[in-house]
Amino acid sequence: MPEIKVTPLGAGQDVGRSCILVSIAGKNVMLDCGMHMGYNDDRRFPDFSYITQNGRLTDFLDCVIISHFHLDHCGALPYFSEMVGYDGPIYMTHPTKAICPILLEDYRKITVDKKGETNFFTSQMIKDCMKKVVAVHLHQTVQVDEELEIKAYYAGHVLGAAMFQIKVGCESVVYTVSIHNNMYRNLHLLLRVAAWIDKCRPDLLISESTYATTIRDSKRCRERDFLKKVHETVERGGKVLIPVFALGRAQELCILLETFWERMNLKAPIYFSTGLTEKANHYYKLFITWTNQKIRKTFVQRNMFEFKHIKAFDRAFADNPGPMVVFATPGMLHAGQSLQIFRKWAGNEKNMVIMPGYCVQGTVGHKILSGQRKLEMEGRQIVSFLLSKDDHFGKGGGGSKCFLIQEACAFFSLQLEVKMQVEYMSFSAHADAKGIMQLIRQAEPRNVLLVHGEAKKMEFLKQKIEQEFHVNCYMPANGETTTIFTNPSIPVDISLGLLKRETAIGLLPDVKKPKLMHGTLIMKDNSFRLVSPEQALKELGLAEHQLRFTCRVHIQDLRKEHETVLRVYNHLKAVLKDYSVQHLPDGSITVESILIQATAHSEDQGTKVLLVSWTYQDEELGSYLTSLLKKGLPQSTS
Amino acid sequence: MKLYCLSGHPTLPCNVLKFKSTTIMLDCGLDMTSTLNFLPLPLVQSPRLSKLPGWVLKDGSTFLDKELKECSGHVFVDSVPEFCLPETELLDLSTVDVILISNYHCMMALPYITEYTGFTGTVYATEPTVQIGRLLMEELVNSIERVPKAQSASMWKNKEVQRLLPAPLKDAVEVSMWRKCYTMPEVNAALSKIQMVGYSQKIELFGAVQVTPLSSGYALGSSNWIIQSHYEKVSYVSGSSLLTTHPQPMDQASLKNSDVLILTGLTQIPTANPDGMVGEFCSNLAMTVRNGGNVLVPCYPSGVIYDLLECLYQYIDSAGLSNVPFYFISPVANSSLEFSQIFAEWLCHNKQTKVYLPEPPFPHAELIQTNKLKHYPSIHGDFSNDFKQPCVVFTGHPSLRFGDVVHFMELWGKSSLNTVIFTEPDFSYLDALAPYQPLAMKCVYCPIDTRLNFIQVSKLLKEVQPLHVVCPEQYTQPPPTQSHRTDLMIDCQPPPMSYRRAEVLTLPYKRRYEKIEIMPELPPKPPQPPASKKRKRVSDDVPECKPLKPLLSGSIPVDQFVQTLEKHGFSDVKVEDTAKGHIVLLQEAETLIQIEEDSTHIICDNDEPLRVKLRDLVLKFLQKF
Repeated sequence: MPEIKVTPLGAGQDVGRSCILVSIAGKNVMLDCGMHMGYNDDRRFPDFSYITQNGRLTDFLDCVIISHFHLDHCGALPYFSEMVGYDGPIYMTHPTKAICPILLEDYRKITVDKKGETNFFTSQMIKDCMKKVVAVHLHQTVQVDEELEIKAYYAGHVLGAAMFQIKVGCESVVYTVSIHNNMYRNLHLLLRVAAWIDKCRPDLLISESTYATTIRDSKRCRERDFLKKVHETVERGGKVLIPVFALGRAQELCILLETFWERMNLKAPIYFSTGLTEKANHYYKLFITWTNQKIRKTFVQRNMFEFKHIKAFDRAFADNPGPMVVFATPGMLHAGQSLQIFRKWAGNEKNMVIMPGYCVQGTVGHKILSGQRKLEMEGRQIVSFLLSKDDHFGKGGGGSKCFLIQEACAFFSLQLEVKMQVEYMSFSAHADAKGIMQLIRQAEPRNVLLVHGEAKKMEFLKQKIEQEFHVNCYMPANGETTTIFTNPSIPVDISLGLLKRETAIGLLPDVKKPKLMHGTLIMKDNSFRLVSPEQALKELGLAEHQLRFTCRVHIQDLRKEHETVLRVYNHLKAVLKDYSVQHLPDGSITVESILIQATAHSEDQGTKVLLVSWTYQDEELGSYLTSLLKKGLPQSTS
Repeated sequence: MKLYCLSGHPTLPCNVLKFKSTTIMLDCGLDMTSTLNFLPLPLVQSPRLSKLPGWVLKDGSTFLDKELKECSGHVFVDSVPEFCLPETELLDLSTVDVILISNYHCMMALPYITEYTGFTGTVYATEPTVQIGRLLMEELVNSIERVPKAQSASMWKNKEVQRLLPAPLKDAVEVSMWRKCYTMPEVNAALSKIQMVGYSQKIELFGAVQVTPLSSGYALGSSNWIIQSHYEKVSYVSGSSLLTTHPQPMDQASLKNSDVLILTGLTQIPTANPDGMVGEFCSNLAMTVRNGGNVLVPCYPSGVIYDLLECLYQYIDSAGLSNVPFYFISPVANSSLEFSQIFAEWLCHNKQTKVYLPEPPFPHAELIQTNKLKHYPSIHGDFSNDFKQPCVVFTGHPSLRFGDVVHFMELWGKSSLNTVIFTEPDFSYLDALAPYQPLAMKCVYCPIDTRLNFIQVSKLLKEVQPLHVVCPEQYTQPPPTQSHRTDLMIDCQPPPMSYRRAEVLTLPYKRRYEKIEIMPELPPKPPQPPASKKRKRVSDDVPECKPLKPLLSGSIPVDQFVQTLEKHGFSDVKVEDTAKGHIVLLQEAETLIQIEEDSTHIICDNDEPLRVKLRDLVLKFLQKF
């Protein structure tokens, strides 16, 4: 039985380092090629030796697909293609292709230039790697080779994020890492309204489950809540810190605050910390077709990404008196400017930190979200923490200050008491349970496989999916292979004549219901053709062998032969209403193609012999007729 | 498969393809050359135009002098300009299932079709096509609506009257079908019926036909379409270009193996080389400005203007024109310039790479930033304050019948210092200029048409090898003005099938196969009735439908057959040779079996068990199909 095999090399019951191998109908596809934020050693990249120990990966993979530009989905790409060796096609959307190399370069700088690692990919490798990238349009069907095709769907999440359908023949897999959370419900502020996929009924849906247990309130409520909290804090003279990653939700929150400030005529300054901001906004502007209707409609008059109230941040501003709002990178408070500001402001209960997204375990963000209010900021601890975490920077950029903090921290040894208010706003655009459920409802997959989430949360979602949709749900760990059996239909060519002949028999075929047909399947040159038996014989150069039966039926009848024939004819005509019964001039009778002739018995004049003759193909009817005639003719015939 | 041809204009096509029970309209072009028969619509009252004498018939009757005016020997209709619509009577347009749009120039008749014919289907077009098409329509509606004209001439359209008019009015076709421009609400309603698609997106129509847009290289988002079932492939090639300008290059490979290739939208100026024309454009522009004159470029708000601005961007500094202001005046000028920058995915490779930097793909962003290029919605307002001469003005409409271009023609026409440069190929420049004669300003004709020329077409056809080519009749003969140029026509084998307006073509093709899917499982066996009841069933029930028995093939070796019979208990088998084969006799059973190379005939008494037994023995030697 045909099967689809899935092996996560990363993101199997884990968040980060997305990399999933899929084997479908003899084709091998790698989905994403990410790095792990939690590791600094070999484990930061997927273990590509799983694919092959020696030799180039090109021979083993038909293509690589990158879902979006976050480094945990594309961070290992230059290592994979240039250092391990892969020359095949890498597919991603245009915005991803644009932004991905910038984040990779940023990641490389931090790792090599700041931390002094040597065995790492170079700028040239990033460039060479990007040359292998083929940009795809949304909904474009890309023919990777003659059998393998892929198609991108809009996914929301971040600029350029896409779901991918991978299809070989009748078998298909849909990979969606980060669909937008609230599909179909609220107007997404920045990106297009909803991730959308047609009812493609894939054999397997591979989905992210980062927020598997969270079913979040409506987006608008959260936005209102967010604005209210910011407003209140600013009103009482407090400072608001919003740790973000440079691209993505940051722009959305900026637009939100900008419009709010405008409407409420607020004066407190809003700052956006350094990093990619300006460049990032530029990308949004150039790829405005990927943003929502409202932004697209108004962009000619007013560019949403040119902010009046939001100014660039300078380090010195953090000490300014009075209220302010600061967006600072990175988003998990694990290093850099956001952590720096956090340390400065944490002691004042008037201040507030709003965490707008997911935080990986071990980060300061994660700690304060889980309620910890006393943070050990002891030098040694900090250093080790940073060492294990600073590769994380690449994701958000802006991490160029990482090394400085590391050194500075060594001088301090303090317990940081967090008095400021800590708020969690799940604005992050990972799929939540509701989003995944909606996607399953929409696409109607036969199997679901969860990746990129914590094992416990996955387990919860898995049960929910199995209960609600009665489909198998899998959650393999890294290196573990899940095998899914498929039962694809076999496409065949049917000659039009046969199709018409077969559909003419019986009722019209019911749409999407199987129908029984009779024909000869010819397999030749890797193609299947269903033709009529006559044509099959002809094509194979074979002669038909006619098998004919002639049965003698004796009937007691004293009348003349032609009268007997007439009686037989009338009888058959009466019984076989739906058949064409004919009395031919030569005295014979035909029922469809069955021939009946009458002769007198050579010895007994009172007995007539009916010769019933039919071919093998008409056996049922012929055999029926003989038994019918054998019973004799009814008496009451004229 | 039938093709209904609703438009006679080869570059503004409108055809309907009926294929596998789907009705597909290919493009929706609006023939605007009809407007050349009308007087220009000046923004402010023009004393010259209003003083034109009424036209008088040869016999002196003057009943038409209100409707028709004479200018330098040409007669014009003094009325709101009207357009020549595609045929609406050839078939019931409410039965059209989908409309496929190939580029923004070929959708200008869309509101007439979607809003007036009972159309209930879907229109498919790429995003740039929709956005820029909207801009073109907006500009058109705007420039006609802002100069309301009290008079609407209709008397001249009377067939008896039209016969008396001078050419070209006399020969104008279907004048009774000419229509005034649509309105913005109609435009919006029409555009709301469009579903946006991307290149190489496969769109299923009712499970019967699949349509796919392919890049055609002519304009932003311009596409050719593949219409195919599993076995038949029709390529619709409309407005394609192999030159490297701003759009994504043409996808030729996907057009291969077409059964039918419908070819429209070739270059209208096959003798002009676009590159040379751009050079001439620049040098004429520079010369005029250096002499202190103004340059007027009548143009559409999108398309070639992007390339012209890019050329000028590279050219102006070297030509010492850095201080000459460039004005782009159109109600949609700003939108057009902005939109061009956001369609990176639809641009050629070079421009795409720029976006990755990130930089705007077109250099006109820099021209605007440095104040060298200024754009205005109209000549009113800011423009009149900023206006400095000498200058270069890009504005519409290229027909010179409406839009701000009319104002500049009246303003600058009297001075020989000024130049009007025609770059758009859609209108004959002499006809366009006719109502402005006599004219002192210089006229330069640099038509830039990047669409395929006949050399490129024959190369393309050799490459993609369609079985049949279908094209407008104009492409099957040399242009009427250059009848000796037999190279200016399509040359292919077999010769192309040609169509003209209001014709219906039956396209040559024969469907032989269809795709079905078979399930891997065997069908469930029909329930076998229990043996005891079989007899009853056979005798009582007429067989319901003809059960299908396989065909047989092979031949029966007599010796082996006899051995088998004996093995199965027939002891008295006798074999006789005949001319064609053998006769096997079973004497006791009074049965005769004729065996020949291709047939077997069992003749027996009405003894069903015996017959079935013999049948099964025979079948052992034969193959079933």
